[in-house]
This record gives sequence, structure tokens and C-alpha cells, in this order.
Amino acid sequence: MKHENGISGMSGEEELMTGAEIVLKALADQGVTHIFGYPGGAVLPIYDELFQQDQLRHILVRHEQGATHMAEGYARSTGKCGVVLVTSGPGATNAVTGLTDALMDSIPMVCITGQVPTHLIGNDAFQECDTVGITRPCTKHNYLVKNVNDLARILHEAFHVATHGRPGPVVVDVPKDVQFAKGRYIGPANIEHKTYRPQVKGDPVAIEAAVALLLQARRPLIYSGGGVINSGPEASHRLRELVEKSGFPITSTLMGLGAYPASGPNWLGMLGMHGTYEANLAMHGCDVMLCVGARFDDRITGRLDAFSPGSKKIHIDIDPSSINKNVRIDIPIVGDCANVLGDILGLMHERKAWPDPDNHRDWWRDIARWRRRDCLRYRPSDDFIMPQYALERLYALTRGHDTYITTEVGQHQMWAAQFFRFEEPNRWMTSGGLGTMGYGLPSAIGVQVAHPKSLVIDIAGDASVQMTMQEMSTAVQYRLPVKIFILNNQYMGMVRQWQQLLHGNRLSESYSEALPDFVKLAEAFGCHGIRCAKPGDLDQAIREMIEVKSPVLFDCRVANLANCFPMIPSGKAHHEMLLGEDVPDDEIEQAIGAEGKVLV
Amino acid sequence: MTKPAIDQPASAYFLEDRKDPIEAHTLSIVVDNEPGVLARVIGLFSGRGYNIESLTVSETEHEAHVSRITIVTRGTPMVLQQIKSQLERLVPVHSVADLTVSGNAIERELALVKVAGTGDHRVEALRLADAFRARVVDATNASFVFELTGKTGKVEQFISLMQPLGLVEVVRTGIAAISRGVDRLRV
Repeated sequence: MKHENGISGMSGEEELMTGAEIVLKALADQGVTHIFGYPGGAVLPIYDELFQQDQLRHILVRHEQGATHMAEGYARSTGKCGVVLVTSGPGATNAVTGLTDALMDSIPMVCITGQVPTHLIGNDAFQECDTVGITRPCTKHNYLVKNVNDLARILHEAFHVATHGRPGPVVVDVPKDVQFAKGRYIGPANIEHKTYRPQVKGDPVAIEAAVALLLQARRPLIYSGGGVINSGPEASHRLRELVEKSGFPITSTLMGLGAYPASGPNWLGMLGMHGTYEANLAMHGCDVMLCVGARFDDRITGRLDAFSPGSKKIHIDIDPSSINKNVRIDIPIVGDCANVLGDILGLMHERKAWPDPDNHRDWWRDIARWRRRDCLRYRPSDDFIMPQYALERLYALTRGHDTYITTEVGQHQMWAAQFFRFEEPNRWMTSGGLGTMGYGLPSAIGVQVAHPKSLVIDIAGDASVQMTMQEMSTAVQYRLPVKIFILNNQYMGMVRQWQQLLHGNRLSESYSEALPDFVKLAEAFGCHGIRCAKPGDLDQAIREMIEVKSPVLFDCRVANLANCFPMIPSGKAHHEMLLGEDVPDDEIEQAIGAEGKVLV
Repeated sequence: MTKPAIDQPASAYFLEDRKDPIEAHTLSIVVDNEPGVLARVIGLFSGRGYNIESLTVSETEHEAHVSRITIVTRGTPMVLQQIKSQLERLVPVHSVADLTVSGNAIERELALVKVAGTGDHRVEALRLADAFRARVVDATNASFVFELTGKTGKVEQFISLMQPLGLVEVVRTGIAAISRGVDRLRV
């Protein structure tokens, strides 16, 4: 089947097809090769069409939430749109978590949901729910298709909306009678939404002002985010060029890791609540901040009134509502990161005006001093595996491989962000905005589907991984050799850390009692289980995990009560961060004031 | 602990620090007249905790299936800007104009006011209605329904004057607003 726009479905060429055929043809014409889904009564006609073709590969999941996270992993690691197919009612409601996750992290996704036949809508029919009503606040846009002749246009429009501007999830709800009805198909050529026109080109006046500000900066800082990754490889390329030519230090949000290589000389590490000392102090002390595709999330800013108090702020974002939302911006530039960075570079090039390294000499001296604090230092142990050590070894032993990392949510996620060093974009899949425990395992499966030969590792926690554990069965079914590397500390580690910080160390319900035996569980799923509890055995165990050709559940027993530092306690500013080694337990318990306790 | 006054905006965390003045603004929104579009708009307001003081909606261009929504909302300048940006982000929204910023827009609402009474009260109600240029659209021996158009202040004043004269009930359309001069909103 042809994927070029319009070739296989020129508009004007009329042919009558059933709704289900239209769905498959539209997907094929959009270049979709994989869909993640789960059948049910209201999507049976579409599944019947799937059965009779072999272009589209369908990955059968074990729970619809898994399908959405797989589509996210697939999308995030390829830059393409992830596609999900689920049934009505519970199929749709189970997909809601993944849709919300994709909305928060700006992941392009099209989710096709079955719906009860149009004449039954509103009747409380079997497996009916108000899908468009439920998903309205958790999608970028959604559609209920009531006429089969609108179906092709809506599907193409859905892909357009999902992938243009700030990407996001789009739901297309297709009643069963529409799937059976015959109608006209139109190809994707020239389908654009009649009103949706995101601005991709930055305002030249603002760009001019930004360049002037950047040239004068004495304590500059680039703060990049997931928008750079979403914009595509060109944006990362230009970001690297800007850093190299300007000599500016650069930090990034959780979502933006990999846009600038962690081995780059100007890299300060991630910033924010669990960011590095140097990144956060640089943010606090800079005089010109260039924010590229990030959104001043509360995990980044900490206390707003003390956030980067002395800086002039330039903000590049494709979504105007992200600008001036939390933090007042001096020079807003609405546009696509790649375009705007290209224009900034172009202007500097044209004028032969590049920032003068002499201007930043004192600034780099400050940064060098902060770096010497070595904020990620931890106390190693010969008796038990420190979680940080496990990740250092995992990183060291996977360096030669073509590696993709996903994570669940919690301490392990932050340690992964701190200790795993990303050199390229699209290599790091994590649930940032929504913080969805259970994201990593299915996401890894989605990544592996897109990159069958690569090494795909889900850095997991013992609690998170149990939320979507059933998807191991999917991995086994499709022989997707994902490696689930569980940092097992027998606690919901981040919850426990906050209870220690905020609630007098009363560990309410955060202990993982009755954990499964992960090695036996691996056997039960028909995959490979590994357990390691001694630092001396770790390298060999990790090598085994990499070499095994099947999916692996790796039970890495780590120190139970390790805390994730550095940490900016809620309600504190960037310069008030807690550093790891030197914080005594009683100070940890005093670290958050009464006001901070109400924050999340 | 005292915190310095900030000109930073309202994160959900520091609402008590907000010192910016609260202003009422009238937004005019051009949308596709498709199912669910009003739900998207008001869902955005409720989901993000914005106020709606008045809301009117009707299809204005039948051929193009375009509706106009007029919303009066309150917030700090930064929140108002955010509301506008969030509205513009909705896919079926064509354009949003802040008529309060663009200045001096015409704002009108229509009220139907039912007043029951006899004798002096009835005469007084009719006299006041005349002074306010309210039309009598229904009359019985014991009641009137007045139709009144005007700015919100005028409507409010009329209603308060009717209160002691036997006000029964009121319905109001909410504010419809349009800019002055030759320009129109982008469709």
C-alpha cells in the first residue's frame, strides 16, 4: 500500500466503502504501520477488516491503558503519531489515563474508539459511555462521527491536529453502525483543519530583540524542554549549534533530556526539584534565560516568587498559552523551536555577532565552583546495591548499545534522569507531566515495536511496575525483548521519602508487602527472570540481561531507604536545595515548612 | 513568615500572594457551530478555575456554521491573557477578541421582567417602564411582562426599582457585545 499523501485515495475519485474499510484505508494512507489495541463489541467491524489485510500490524495489549502508553513510547521514540484502537465503554475509559498522559507531555496520538450504534447513543446501552464527554478535557481535540461520509475527513483531520502545533492526543469515536455503513472515501491530500493553524514562524521583531539580549548577557543560561524533542531532529541540531557558537551553559527539563548531549561541555544536568546543584543555582543566578520549548512547570520553578529573580526571560514556544502562564516573560516568541532557533542563528550569522566568551568568564567560574559540589555523590556500599550505583553500572554497560530508556514514576525515575546520560533525542521516554506509574513497561514495548533491534530498557520501581505488569504477556506474544530493570526497594520510594520529609516518618501504606517473586513471575510469563542483591554480582547480571534474547524481568534488590537528592523541598527556592550526603535525618524532617506541606 | 510582594502571577500554589487587580473583561469568541463546542468552552473555564459572569451563545452565520460566544469573565491581567490563549488553543475556535482591551465596545443585554400588582403599584411600574424605555410584551389585569434592553447597569437598576412594585421573576440573556467602527472579528 502506498503511503504518499493522496496516491491511493485521490480526492474526487469516488468509491463506496464501509466505515471499517475507510478506517483501515485512512490509517494506511497516513503511513501508519502499527496500531495498539484491544477488540470488543463496538469495534468488531474494524477488527474484521484488520483480519483481512496484512499491511497494518496490530499489537494486542492486555489492558487499554497499556495500548495508550505503548503508542506514546512508539511516538516519542520515532517522532511519528501513535495509534490506538479500543472498544466503547470500558475500552474508552481505560484509555483515559494514557490520553491524559499524552496531553500533559504533548505526545501525538490518534485513539479510535468504538461506540454503540448512533440510535442507541444516550440510551445507557451496553458498554456505552459518553466518550467524547469524558475525553474532552484530556485530549487536544475529539470527534464523534455520526455520518460515514465524514469519517475519512475526520480521521485525516485527527492526524493533522495530533501532529501539528503542540502535539497531543485526538480521539475519534466511531459508532458501530457507522463502521458498517457505506460511504465515500477521500484521501489525505490537502486535508487541513479549516481553522487550526498553529504559528510556526517566530516574530522577527521579537527574534531581533532576543538576539540583542543574548549578545549582552553576562550570566546566560539556556533552559530547554520537551518541545525541542517534539519539534524534531532539526531543533536538537540547531540547539547544539547555538550552544556551541554562543558558549552558553545549558540545562534541561526531564522531558528535554537528550536534545543536548550529556557529554557536551556546556551541559549542567537536569534542573528542578531533583535537578543538579549547578543547574538550579545557574537558574537562580542567571541574567538572561533562553527557554526553548519548556513550560515553567512547578517541578522546575519551585517557589515562583523566588524563581530566577534577576533574569530577563526569553521564551520560545509553539503554544501561546504556555507563555506568561506561570512566569512573566520579557520576550515571548511563539513558533516552532527549530524555526526560531534557526532564525536566531541566522541573525547572529548574518551580523557576524556572536556572544563574547570573555563576558561569561566569571559566570563559568561560578558554575565550575558549583559543579565541584558533586551534588549527585552518594555513599557507596559493598554490602548492598545503592540504586544510584545500579544505574551507573546500567549506563556504563549499555553504552556501546543502541539503547532506549523508559521509566515508571518515582525515585527510580529521578535517579535515571540524574545518572543515565543521554546523547541523542528520542531516547528517553518518561511520564513527566501526569506522573503515571505504570507508564514505563508498556512504553518500552511500544519503543521495541518501533525499534526491534535496539536495546530497550524500562527502569522501573517495584510498585510502579505492578500497575501494568500484565503487558509482559504482550511482550512475550510478539517476542519483544524489553528489559524491565526493577530497582526493588520494597517501598513506594518517593512516597516514603515524602513521608519522611513531611509526615514524621510515619510510613502510611507505602511499604510493598507481599511483593511477587519477580523471577518466578518472569517464568510464569514465559520470559527470563534475574535477581541480583550484591554489588559484586551486578555487572554480570546486567550483562546477562543484555545478552538474553527474550523479555527480562530484572529484580535488582537495592538499599531500601535511600533518598533521592538533591531535592528542592516544596515551597522553597532553587538556592534552598537539600543535598544528599550531608543531610542528617532530623534536618530532612524539618526541611519543609508548614506552608510547603500543603503543596504537592 | 512574611513573603515579599510579587509581581509574579498566580500559580495554584501561591494564590494568597496575588496582588494584581481583578478586572472584568468581555471576550468575543468565534467558533464552529458543531456539537460540543460550548461544552469545550465552558469545560475550559470550569476545569481551569476561571469565572464566568455572563455567557451568551448563538449561531450568527448559518452558511458558514459559525457561532459567536460572548463571555464576561474576571481575573488579573495575566489570568485574562491566559484565558484568551487557552480559548485560542481549542481547535474549533476561530478567533478570540478581548473587547475590553480593544476598547469601548457596545454591550447590551435583554431582560424580561414580570411584575404583578394592582392600583398605585401597577401605575408606578408602568411609568418607570416608560422612563426606561421598556416595552410591555404581555399584560393581564394583575401583571405585566416588560422587555428591556440596555447595559447591565440599566437592567440592574430597573430590576431593583421593580422589586417593591411586585417583581415576580426575571430572565436575562446575558451580555452580547460588538466592537465599534468598521472592523470585524476574524472568522
